[in-house]
Amino acid sequence: MNKQINDKNEYKNNVKSYQPKPPYLANCLKAFIVGGFICAIGQVISNFYIYFFNFTEQTAGNPTVATLILFAALLTGMGVYDKIGQFAGAGSAVPVTGFANSITSAALEHKSEGVVLGIATNLFKLAGAVIVFGVVAAYIVGMVRLLFEKLL
Amino acid sequence: MEYLIAFIVGGAICVIGQLLFDVFKLTPAHVMTSFVVIGAVLDGFGLYDRLIDFAGAGATVPITSFGHSLLHGAMAEADKHGFVGLATGIFKLTSAGISSAILFGFLVALFFKPKG
Repeated sequence: MNKQINDKNEYKNNVKSYQPKPPYLANCLKAFIVGGFICAIGQVISNFYIYFFNFTEQTAGNPTVATLILFAALLTGMGVYDKIGQFAGAGSAVPVTGFANSITSAALEHKSEGVVLGIATNLFKLAGAVIVFGVVAAYIVGMVRLLFEKLL
Repeated sequence: MEYLIAFIVGGAICVIGQLLFDVFKLTPAHVMTSFVVIGAVLDGFGLYDRLIDFAGAGATVPITSFGHSLLHGAMAEADKHGFVGLATGIFKLTSAGISSAILFGFLVALFFKPKG
């Protein structure tokens, strides 16, 4: 028994029983409500752009995303977004507002190191991964699709 | 009605993210990058546009739409200029999101004090 506990290969299994089980259902419900709410606000902004600035349903996504990013950056600056994040989990991380939050909070965190080395170099500390993987994936998928279109 | 659909579809995408957090113990960065890749792949099969037609902001607000917009801009340019178009068009549609994120993120970091 003692041997099994001290076996480092068994560490992952042994430590599992000591970790608190996350409340799956409650977390999902919170994520659903907050995430859905952010998307509903997005729909309001989107309709605003469609009716007043002649965007179509397809193109309205871009200004909507930009507007939500502005709100999320401001809320992050005021310290509100992190509180929403603690409550909502993925509900605040998955919408594009989470992307803005990661940019703003990384920059704020390193503000003390100066404007150039602190704020500017750390802006993409977390969001950089999202852009890198997005661009690489889009390139690969685009290449494959183009090849298929050329061949067929 | 369209608000309700946006709420439900957007919320459902967030629930998938929450399950990746809790069940598979992924970090937020891993979930966000996976979602962007999934968005690009779905758009590669032309599925994401249908989701946007159905759910509106429920599909454009989650980070998956970032991958979709990257590929969409690239393919639109590629129709005109072939493989070179992929490179020139990739940021065409996401420009609004990235430039505003840089601008607002920078300004907020400049004028607000870090909290906590």
